[in-house]
Amino acid sequence: MTDDTSIGGVRHQFPSTHWSQIEGTRSPHAEERRRALDSLISAYWKPVYKYIRLHWKKENEPAKDLTQEFFARLVEKGLLDRFDPERARLRTYLRVCVDGLVMNEDKAAQRVKRGGHVTLLPLDFESAEGELRQLPLAAAGNPEELFSREFARSLFGLALERLRRELEEKGKGLHFELLELYDIDEGGKPLTYDEVARRYRIKPTDVTNYLAYARREFRRIVLDELRAMTATEDEFRREAHTLLGVKL
Amino acid sequence: MNRWLSDSALERLREAADSPDLADTRYRLIDKLGQGGMGGVFRVEDTTLERQVALKVITVGDPEAGWPTRLLQEARVIAKLEHPGIVPVHDAGVLADGRSFYTMKLVQGKRLDEHVATVPGLSDRLRIFLRICDAVAFAHAHSVLHRDLKPGNVMVGPFGEVLVMDWGLSKLVGSPSGSATSQSGEAPAAEIVGPGTAHGSVLGTPGYMAPEQTRGEASVDERADIYSLGAVLQFLLADASPRPVPRALAAIRLRAMAADPADRYPSVQELADDVAHFLDGLQVNAYPEGPLPRAWRWIARNRAWILLLLAYMVTRALLIFFRPR
Repeated sequence: MTDDTSIGGVRHQFPSTHWSQIEGTRSPHAEERRRALDSLISAYWKPVYKYIRLHWKKENEPAKDLTQEFFARLVEKGLLDRFDPERARLRTYLRVCVDGLVMNEDKAAQRVKRGGHVTLLPLDFESAEGELRQLPLAAAGNPEELFSREFARSLFGLALERLRRELEEKGKGLHFELLELYDIDEGGKPLTYDEVARRYRIKPTDVTNYLAYARREFRRIVLDELRAMTATEDEFRREAHTLLGVKL
Repeated sequence: MNRWLSDSALERLREAADSPDLADTRYRLIDKLGQGGMGGVFRVEDTTLERQVALKVITVGDPEAGWPTRLLQEARVIAKLEHPGIVPVHDAGVLADGRSFYTMKLVQGKRLDEHVATVPGLSDRLRIFLRICDAVAFAHAHSVLHRDLKPGNVMVGPFGEVLVMDWGLSKLVGSPSGSATSQSGEAPAAEIVGPGTAHGSVLGTPGYMAPEQTRGEASVDERADIYSLGAVLQFLLADASPRPVPRALAAIRLRAMAADPADRYPSVQELADDVAHFLDGLQVNAYPEGPLPRAWRWIARNRAWILLLLAYMVTRALLIFFRPR
């Protein structure tokens, strides 16, 4: 699957830390605006698509159209310009915007004008559909919880990808493998540190150290990404609290 | 390649990212006890002293935003309050992941909101209340306001010990901003998480927060805690037996929870004195009585002596009446 978008091209890396993408979308420089929107779309398109599919119970094709329409509006109509971090979190604001769009679905003349199923952004809906099939039926509960959980899934996925890349660049691929083994992979009884040490021919203390390092880096990257996805320090802290501190 | 993460993987990753990084410390993680407004509280083993303690760590640490300072300030505030009703702090510092932490005594027991069901009697509940007042009065004497007093922030131990927890929103009287932040894991429901508690921020729990605190006024003083204590008293009176709630107690609660701070008890000690007077059958300041209720209360308080006297008088009367002439 790809995280490319037509706005930002291939998205190799998140922008630097401590810089809000929301501010970026309001930048006078087109390149900065494009990059910021690209990052936001990468993190939000799957939650938006799944939310439309699960909460609004839309079929695959209409959900794709609505997702495309939503992000097209985000870009063209400057929806983010109207976002006020004092009044809501970005996540909540976007969900409410999606609700508004879907509720007005019947007045979809604009979509027709666009020519119906026109692909505006090369979003990998097939992978999102595949993920939907793995979600339990109960997943579509409280809309805010659904959207929040899917946002967390998307953000954690992007953070893991960045972690893998960074650790490999540092020659610490094994650190990532251990994180995968303990915190990502599904399946039976977790291996003991001694078993893992024997498997990788390292010391058991190395297993704990490598794992601690990978987890620490994962945490750093998640917070880094989250900071970029929030408009204010206050919103960042509330989102971090929701994402990390509170059971999702 | 953005991978698919199952709900279970999502949860494990969240825990991995949230758990304190205890590398190079004397502590070993056991489990999570709760989540507060600013961070989590974990049960850890102090491997040096071979005992379990509670470790509080903030969710997000950023020296630029001053949050580690705030947590350490909280630890320092609690450390100053050496009182049997206030949980003692053992250690404080910064973890390898950059987050500040402190450790405190691991309190075994139940939160007051859970414990209260096992204490149906009014008198026993009022005695618990007096112990809460003791701890808060002690803090006030050291110029510390709690600002988030509620049943969820009071622990009752297996031997009846009462501890006031969660000094996370505490504030030094006279300091311009809030400082110090929970082992019970109760989140301040109305907290607006931010690096400070400057004027305008609402910190506390609706229903227990004084009106001036709800309005975010900067000049909140001890009387805000007195209001919250009134709300705790109301909670304790809610289903206590006997019913209905005696008028004097209702008056105490009303005075503690007066909308205008000037109409409240001027100090926690005076609130506690009134409750103690009620328990002793004495007149309470919050409830001026007419002669009849006062006489009735005097009779109730001296019932044993009055009955004894009556028995004596009846016996004397009988003796006089049946005396052989």
